[in-house]
Amino acid sequence: MPANARPLSPHIQIYRWQVQMVTSILHRATGIALAAGTLLLLAMLLALASGPEAWGWISAFARSWIGLLLLAGWSWALSFHLLNGIRHLLQDVGWGFAIHQFVRNGFLASIGSLVLTALIWLCVWAQWGVA
Amino acid sequence: MSQFRTPRKIALGLGSARHGVHHFLVQRITAIALLLLGLWFVWFVLRLPGLDHAGAHALLAEPCNALLMGLFVVAAFWHAQLGLQVVVEDYVHTHGWQLVLQVGIRLLCFLGAAAGVLAVLRIALGR
Repeated sequence: MPANARPLSPHIQIYRWQVQMVTSILHRATGIALAAGTLLLLAMLLALASGPEAWGWISAFARSWIGLLLLAGWSWALSFHLLNGIRHLLQDVGWGFAIHQFVRNGFLASIGSLVLTALIWLCVWAQWGVA
Repeated sequence: MSQFRTPRKIALGLGSARHGVHHFLVQRITAIALLLLGLWFVWFVLRLPGLDHAGAHALLAEPCNALLMGLFVVAAFWHAQLGLQVVVEDYVHTHGWQLVLQVGIRLLCFLGAAAGVLAVLRIALGR
């Protein structure tokens, strides 16, 4: 923190809950989570390049309960950041700024991310059963 | 506000941070790239659980998949660096940590992108 204590703006516990603030916070949080996840993608690529032994280790990790938990979390983080990212890109060109559109699109991105995650895991389940 | 700006400052268009809109633009361009590559990436990863090492290796070695994975890794680490840079700028208020984190994130993302591309090349070129 800065050495001289300046007055602070009201922090999140002051505001009434609204979907716009949830999407804003989640966009940052999922962005940070995805940055960490990209390192795991790198581990996967390096394992695939280095041979069957390393690949077996990383596959076993992905199938463990902690691996599945991380994959579930990242699939949702990717879904949310992707959908809310589209919302941000549309806002960048000036679309969806009326309050009712803004709120509706916030809900669309949030609920849509859960639907997209469910679809991804439905594909997994349909093809290989429950892990 | 524009009456306080000199014509030269307006012509340069670099703003108070002197970086102009470069960060903003690159963040959006990598976002659009990741939007398209991300859809391919989900499709690719969904095919992996049914494959052993040889199968996964062969799948990524296909030229189209290798190209897209290389691009995905570069765009992902680039976009991550730009995003994490803003997060650190917003929440870290001491010069020392700001410097350590900004330089560290850049180096780590560059290392990640380079290592990822090298791994994909090794797989695509058949070791």
